[in-house]
Amino acid sequence: MGILTANQVVKRFGGLVAVDRVTLDIPEHSIFSVIGPNGAGKTTFFNCITGFYTPEEGNIVFQGESIVGLATDQIARRGISRTYQNIRLFSNMTAAENIMVGQHSHLKVGLLGAILRTPTVRAEEKHALDRAVELLNFVGLHKKGNTVARNLAYGDQRRLEIARALANKPQILFLDEPTAGMNPRETAELTLFIRRLRDELGITIVLIEHDMRVVMGISEQIVVLDHGSKIAEGTPLEIQKNPQVIEAYLGREGVEAAEAGTRKRTAEIVK
Amino acid sequence: MKQSTWLSNAIQKGLIGGGVAVLLALVGMIGRFSERPIIQNVAGLGYILLIAVFFIAGYNAVKRQTPAFQQIIGGLLAGLIAALVVALLVLIGGQINLRDMFINASPELYETLSFGNLALLPLIGAFTGAVAAAFSLLPTNLRGALFAGIGTMTLLGMLSDQLLLILNNNGIASYFRGWLLAPKGVSTSGAIITVTVVAVLNFLLRIRKERQRDQPARGPASAWVQRSIWLLIVLVMIYLPQFLGAYHSEVLNQVGLFVLMGLGLNIVVGFAGMLDVGYVAFFALGAYVVGMLTSQEGFVAQATGAWSFWFALPIAFAVAILAGIMLGIPVLRIRGDYLTIVTLGFGEIIRLLAISEWLRPYTGGAQGIASIPPIAIDGLFSISGPAKPQKLFYLILICCIIAVFVARRLKNSRIGRAWMAIREDEDVAEAMGINLAQTKLMAFAVGAAFSGISGAIFASKLGSIYPHSFGLLISINILALIIVGGMGNIPGVVLGSLVLVGLPELLREFSEFRLFVYGAVLIFMMLQRPEGLLPDQPQQLVQEGR
Repeated sequence: MGILTANQVVKRFGGLVAVDRVTLDIPEHSIFSVIGPNGAGKTTFFNCITGFYTPEEGNIVFQGESIVGLATDQIARRGISRTYQNIRLFSNMTAAENIMVGQHSHLKVGLLGAILRTPTVRAEEKHALDRAVELLNFVGLHKKGNTVARNLAYGDQRRLEIARALANKPQILFLDEPTAGMNPRETAELTLFIRRLRDELGITIVLIEHDMRVVMGISEQIVVLDHGSKIAEGTPLEIQKNPQVIEAYLGREGVEAAEAGTRKRTAEIVK
Repeated sequence: MKQSTWLSNAIQKGLIGGGVAVLLALVGMIGRFSERPIIQNVAGLGYILLIAVFFIAGYNAVKRQTPAFQQIIGGLLAGLIAALVVALLVLIGGQINLRDMFINASPELYETLSFGNLALLPLIGAFTGAVAAAFSLLPTNLRGALFAGIGTMTLLGMLSDQLLLILNNNGIASYFRGWLLAPKGVSTSGAIITVTVVAVLNFLLRIRKERQRDQPARGPASAWVQRSIWLLIVLVMIYLPQFLGAYHSEVLNQVGLFVLMGLGLNIVVGFAGMLDVGYVAFFALGAYVVGMLTSQEGFVAQATGAWSFWFALPIAFAVAILAGIMLGIPVLRIRGDYLTIVTLGFGEIIRLLAISEWLRPYTGGAQGIASIPPIAIDGLFSISGPAKPQKLFYLILICCIIAVFVARRLKNSRIGRAWMAIREDEDVAEAMGINLAQTKLMAFAVGAAFSGISGAIFASKLGSIYPHSFGLLISINILALIIVGGMGNIPGVVLGSLVLVGLPELLREFSEFRLFVYGAVLIFMMLQRPEGLLPDQPQQLVQEGR
């Protein structure tokens, strides 16, 4: 059993079943991708895991304990971090402050401590700031600590969002379309960076991504969602060959074309 | 095509300016203000207001990217049209009696508006408009400096009689009379000196600032310099009430109570981003707790004897905190506009409880609570001499200093960052591990505590309290001073209180126009400077070179 398993998770919005009995098992220290056409329920599934939504049925187990029904902040404190499809930084706070908010659950000072600012509190604050600078450097935002988040370049905002998620010292990191809106060079850099997160920090990475080059390049395992349910699961190579996946992406004709022997070309299209 | 644009713009701005001038005249502002000289024997406040309207019309008529002479013609035209609209009012008023509808439309008003001779009015309008247009061609620094000079001079003129009173009390009025201050307004030489000195100083300051911006930023002023500045401020503050005298100390006390409330509301609204418009409730609770416990006539006095203020104060503090949490709990799950509505209801509930028949034995219903003794400060301060308001000033000052200290410390802490994160994006804040319920309740509790103390002092200061002193308008007043001062910024709260509470208190002779001006100021601020007079600056946490 992996670090996080989902078992028959169902999320409905009125009559719409956004996530339909999804079961998956994410191995520890892996890079795991969730792909699927627009509206397949990928982000909804992320929201179920991170506590933004409570699934109606099914169970989600993280490190041996069920996290269904826990509040978002409780789930975060267990070591689950995420980024967002549309960047959601604290835009009027500086980059350093954003990261320090990310460290919230690892800092202890309360109301009285903050007012009195004892030497212990001072030390804690200093440590938090040092770590924020460290993380900024790690994601390549050198000397941007005092910049207000909304004034950062788009790519830097994406990086800052990841740094903020890392500040929580996560066991598992959910990245929701991290390369959206990036140019090929930035995308390539980010791909390398994601691999570094796993290799250097030992964090399990779960990815929602539309750029197939990224997905096929770094994922060890892929799950495909369509209309809320899981239609395929496997290694990048297996997914590329799966006729159901091709159908979900390209429709019936795509599959026929594939069956007609132009398998190679279709694979390229999927890529 | 291009020509007609600048022309139509000038005409449009002129007509708007004329409309504003007519409005100001008919609500009686120009008439009333004319009785008040600003520069002795030269100009009253009414004329300054009227000319300011022409000036703004001319200034706004200017379109950039057109030739300079065209700009000046545009300004001239706008000023002329604005003046012609006013002249039209005078002409119509001369023929038809408008007083049934506009009580201020008196012959004296027309006399004032026409500058003694109606033919003069268009000339003055056109001239002012042209000057305004030429003014807009000046470099920004010079323009700003001149505005600052003229603004300071007007303010000095408006407050000159009170300044003289204060100076007279200290026996130094004769040093300022004549060359600077007249009995009402500034003297002619005083006007010239004030405008020149302030403009030059302001100009030098701006240039220095510009130069600093070009150079690599230096570190913040050394701790030693900062400390000596603080020491100086404290020394001035200690001497201030003696210098000001009883009445003006009282004004400062009023400002101080609003600073205290503003700092509290700033935590809820400015830091945590929860728009609370029922904030007066905590002020009322603090006041009523102290009123009930310390009044010589209330039920407590009969049961146990009236309490001392110093024992009632902690109770007021605790009750306010409790009320803050009680308001907090129902609004934990709601946000945005809905939260505002609930807080509005909460404020009304407290006021209606105070006025209710049900609680009449305790709160006195509509009659309120009387015979609240003044705070016994003699034991605490052995300063001999000064009368009551001056002593109270020290108590309020200490409370404000503590509040500023607490607010600053909290702002730069884990708690403060959590509040700001909630303000920016509540969902994401929660996903960062922030316990929303706990953090929001903290904001409400701390905010309420400041207000409760303010209310407690208010009750003892006045000696009697009535439910109608705790209306919605107080909440809105506090909110407005935060917004005008600079949302989330602590010095902004102090400045906002001085401008929106202190200034109206000093200009009581024009109190009939208080809300009118208030509204105009708020609209102007939201259009021109929505971030407030002193915008909140982001914390420069990371030191240079890292």
